[in-house]
Amino acid sequence: MSDALQTSGSLRRRLTLQLVGSAAFLAMLLFFVVLAFARDVAQQTHDSILLASATSIMDSVSVQADEVTVDIPYAALSMLGNVSDDRVFYRIAMRGQVLTGYQDLPSTSQSVRSGHSAFDTLVYKGDSIRMVTSSRRLSLNGAPADIIISVAQTREGQATQLAQLARSALQLGLGFFLVATVLAFWTAQSSIRPLKQLTEAMSRRGPKDLRPVRRPVPSEMVPLVQSLNQFIARLRVSLSRSEDFIAEAAHRVRTPLATVRAQAEITLLRVDKPENRASLREMIRAIDESSRAAGQLLDHAMVTFRTDSLEREAIDLGDLTRELVDRLHPIAELKDIALTFDGSPLPEISGDQILIQNAVRNILDNAIKYSPYESAIQVSTRQVSHTVLIQVEDEAGGFADMDTDALTQRFIRGKNAAGTIGSGLGLTIAREVVEAHGGALIIETSGSGAGACVSLSFPLA
Amino acid sequence: MRFLLVEDNISLATAVLDRLRMDGHVVDHAANIAAAEDYSATTDYDLILLDIMLPDGDGRAFLRSHRSRLIETPVIVLTARSEVSDRVGMLDLGADDYITKPFDFSELEARCRAVLRRHGGDSSNQKRFGNLVFDPMAGTLSVAGKTITLRNKELRLLEIFLNAPDRIFSKPKLVDRLFSYDEDVSENAIEVYVGRLRKHLNGSGVEITTVRGMGYRMSLT
Ligand SMILES: Nc1ncnc2c1ncn2[C@@H]1O[C@H](COP(=O)(O)OP(=O)(O)OP(=O)(O)O)[C@@H](O)[C@H]1O
Ligand SMILES: [Mg+2]
Repeated sequence: MSDALQTSGSLRRRLTLQLVGSAAFLAMLLFFVVLAFARDVAQQTHDSILLASATSIMDSVSVQADEVTVDIPYAALSMLGNVSDDRVFYRIAMRGQVLTGYQDLPSTSQSVRSGHSAFDTLVYKGDSIRMVTSSRRLSLNGAPADIIISVAQTREGQATQLAQLARSALQLGLGFFLVATVLAFWTAQSSIRPLKQLTEAMSRRGPKDLRPVRRPVPSEMVPLVQSLNQFIARLRVSLSRSEDFIAEAAHRVRTPLATVRAQAEITLLRVDKPENRASLREMIRAIDESSRAAGQLLDHAMVTFRTDSLEREAIDLGDLTRELVDRLHPIAELKDIALTFDGSPLPEISGDQILIQNAVRNILDNAIKYSPYESAIQVSTRQVSHTVLIQVEDEAGGFADMDTDALTQRFIRGKNAAGTIGSGLGLTIAREVVEAHGGALIIETSGSGAGACVSLSFPLA
Repeated sequence: MRFLLVEDNISLATAVLDRLRMDGHVVDHAANIAAAEDYSATTDYDLILLDIMLPDGDGRAFLRSHRSRLIETPVIVLTARSEVSDRVGMLDLGADDYITKPFDFSELEARCRAVLRRHGGDSSNQKRFGNLVFDPMAGTLSVAGKTITLRNKELRLLEIFLNAPDRIFSKPKLVDRLFSYDEDVSENAIEVYVGRLRKHLNGSGVEITTVRGMGYRMSLT
């Protein structure tokens, strides 16, 4: 479970990146369109003033006595000054001869018919200029003569104006981009939200919570949730099968053994012949061996199965231990063992009650089983810094020169186990349970060497 | 003591009945829930031994109705199910104890004793013989006004003798009754316990005599 799943990128990041990318593209487009439009409008305005200026000069052209006179109105040039401080040039020419104005003003490359005008962007004296060229056909000395008027203005004002416009367009584009980016994050977040909520709902569930997912989900997620539900259903079936199977198996094995054992025990009380008695005792022992083995094997299977997905709840280990001790009193009494319990109030730990009961039960079983008649077993629970300790001390001789690590392995029994019934799974079960809870099984021989001191330590949450 | 055994497995039930009767108890046997309900409605029992898997239903159903009728009689459940999965449910449902099949009769006896003691055994179960008063539930022996608490083995040995005064019990039989089959116990152990019991019986007008080659017998002096 813990090994990280390989990821193929993040859905949210991908969505965010795509949305932010589109926003950047749109912002750029917006910037250029606005800029082009502004430039166009500025040009048109400029052009129309240039044209108005050229037209008013044209209007002042008159032919009197075959003489062309031009009286440039003041307004014709001053109106250009209103636009900006840019320098104004003009030229009035006829039949290729400059009548007045700037000789070297470049002329248009377009052919301008009478009554029409043309616009050019040219370079004059190192400056960019905008120039209008208007033409009108006059009749002079009975012959047609084209009078051509050019009015030009440098474009510095326009350039600054355009720079200003560009700045505004840039601000507009940036503003758009920022708003779009915020919206992109929000959109990505909210489209991922149902997925996140589903994940949270699933991970909040206890390991044994195998109900299907019923919360409404967006239609795109329906197939996913449907297959999740199918999977949960299959898991539920197979889990309940294994748990029921283990319980059922125990029942099936133990019921006939119980009959045989009870019968054998009764028969033993009626039989006198030593050989018959010996074989009946053997029989009872064999029955006990097999039922203990079956019981321990199935318990171990159940423990392995349940530790896979711990069903945690708050447990008072003091209460749990006291109950077990109470239940084992009659058994201890059979050997006249003084079984005592001593526990102060403890903070609760979180764990699987059934598993922990089984672990403690096995340790107590051992203490009683290996203890001599009329000895004492002390069971205690206490808190030691951040752990809760359940300790069982007996007078059974302890683990002198036994490999205690090996004893916690499956089916390993100690030297002192000869003649007692057991399958070598008790300490294995106890160790697996405490380790599944992040704790430890501590097997020691008490200081005096009189007996074992086995502790189960569980960390506090 | 009056017991009710609810168990559908006839051969197991017969064995348990035999053994309980041998200890001097009166036992009725019901093979299903219906019969158990009838018995418990008409008779006052000291203890009910209840199997969980019964032909006409789950023993837990009986347990529930038994408790809902506010009958005080303690119940010990006999179960063959895995302890890991079933344990909690039994005690929650109001059973006083449970025992896992297959079981040792001495364990059954010990559990019955513990449950009855917890329920405050009444003094009508006291046994008098000679000058002694024996309370098997409390495990006490009073001789001439002096009361002592017996150890488990002594108590059970005394019980066996008191159930059949003047009868001779062989050492092997006593071993069977006192010890579990898991232990290798020599017959000398019996001598030790008989010796102790003799000491307790001093001045009670009751004695345990050795019958050479046959065993022990308890009788009035
Ligand atoms: N309290 C104890 N005192 C002395 N030896 C012990 C004690 N507890 C365990 N042992 C030794 O450790 C061994 C392993 O114990 P474990 O409980 O795993 O198996 P078991 O008791 O032999 O069988 P079972 O599975 O039936 O409990 C025992 O066989 C015994 O030798
Ligand atoms: Mg063990």
